[in-house]
Amino acid sequence: MQYLLMIYRNEAEFAATPPAELAAMMSEYTEFTKGIIQAGQFKAGDRLKPTSTASTVRVRNGKVTTTDGPFAETREQLGGYYLVEAKNLDEAIGIAARIPGARVGSIEVRPIWAPAT
Amino acid sequence: MMSSARKVDREVEEIFRREAGRVLATLIRLLGDFDLAEEARQEAFTAAVEQWTAGLPANPRAWLINTGRNKAIDRIRRDIVFRTKIFDRELASAEADAAAFDETDEAVFGDDRLRLIFTCCHPALKQEAQIALTLREVCGLSTQAVARGFLLSEETMAQRLVRAKKKIRDAGIPYETPEPPLLHERLQGVLAVVYGVFTEGYAATTGTRLVDAELCGEAIRLGYLLDELLPNNAAVLGLLALMLLHDARRAARESLTGDVVLLEDQDRTVWDQTEIAEGLRLVDRSLSISGQLSVYAVQAAIAALHVRALRKEDTDWPQIVGLYEVLLRLQPSPVIELNHAVAVSMVDGAARALDLVDSLAARGQVSQYHLLHAARGRFLQQLGRLGEAGHAYRAALSYAALEPERRFLRARIASIEV
Repeated sequence: MQYLLMIYRNEAEFAATPPAELAAMMSEYTEFTKGIIQAGQFKAGDRLKPTSTASTVRVRNGKVTTTDGPFAETREQLGGYYLVEAKNLDEAIGIAARIPGARVGSIEVRPIWAPAT
Repeated sequence: MMSSARKVDREVEEIFRREAGRVLATLIRLLGDFDLAEEARQEAFTAAVEQWTAGLPANPRAWLINTGRNKAIDRIRRDIVFRTKIFDRELASAEADAAAFDETDEAVFGDDRLRLIFTCCHPALKQEAQIALTLREVCGLSTQAVARGFLLSEETMAQRLVRAKKKIRDAGIPYETPEPPLLHERLQGVLAVVYGVFTEGYAATTGTRLVDAELCGEAIRLGYLLDELLPNNAAVLGLLALMLLHDARRAARESLTGDVVLLEDQDRTVWDQTEIAEGLRLVDRSLSISGQLSVYAVQAAIAALHVRALRKEDTDWPQIVGLYEVLLRLQPSPVIELNHAVAVSMVDGAARALDLVDSLAARGQVSQYHLLHAARGRFLQQLGRLGEAGHAYRAALSYAALEPERRFLRARIASIEV
């Protein structure tokens, strides 16, 4: 099965991370990503720009409205994701627990809807 | 003729009762789906009723599993209209396992039942759903019986079960016993479910019943099953001992009129001595396993000191205080702090205990916990501060939900005001 691992954390806290700590975390992410590529679990993964760059789009009665910011104000914001292949939820949880961001924020694990045939 | 047919019926019934759990657990593994497995088991039992009149098969369990699996494969093949990838996968998995199944090894069935327990108690399910699924699938209670245990309508419980099974399927919750690094953590969740079933039975938090013996019995049976499947585990043994030592006092906890009887006022002659002996044996076994001190075993050791006292005056309160202090180090919680304070009152007096409870109350986490106010009331009453005691009992009454406890508190208030 495929799972989307969504990495949430508090952006304000993240922005205040000292540069040395940030560099260490980035190299941990590189190591982690290499690991899941080698294990054949990696499908995709990216870091997102902060929610200050976000736009929300809605179409109502054929009319497009675009507003500034994310869909909902929450304490933690989506900052990145991995799409992984795992044999079951426990394997996906095991991968999620190794994401460096899990130690400061939280990872939402969502199964991908299998394509209909 | 008639009587021999009845004899077969009784035998068949006995086999169904004994094998239902094992057959379901194995069918779920073979078929990869809870609902399909339940239907398959039902069809296998129906077929057995018809076919076993001529004589029982040599291995009834294997017969039921093979028949159930074959019925399920037939059903999947028949459902061509609804054919989807998922059905194809189930069919492939069911057929792949088809040849493999003539095992008579007990260990295989044990493994399947353990898999089923870990799946039902998976932390990705809400705890209320874990408890409901465990009672339904592992204990084999009817949906109606599970609903009754939790004072919910059958419809609400049925929906809860459907949602839980859907999540197992959709989220890919595995039908597996976790590997050792995860096993300990997951086992804690399983034990919390078992203890949750027990406490729901032992002290229903709402309504008029004080004790629901059926749920207590199911929880203890689950404890024995876990002990059989994961032998010599300190936490499993500790929980089982704790439940037995509480359950031994069940009959004494409630008066004939359904009122609460405090431990100190209980008629010790009605305590179940068989359960006590078994509980004491198990708590010793749990505590003797080195390097695995379980919070359940410490709680059981406390319960053991209570039941070992032939008269309430003989209770070893200093040791109970010490054990609560161990428990507070292992698993700090306001409820344990409160129980510690009650034990301290028996050793150092009500004034010292009142200080402890007031400091707990000042931290504010448990200001709506009725037992905290009830304990304060009791300490104040012992110190002769009756006005304040009355206030505390009234606060307790305003938060207590269970009718027998409410009656008890009203009686306390009346005793002060007379």
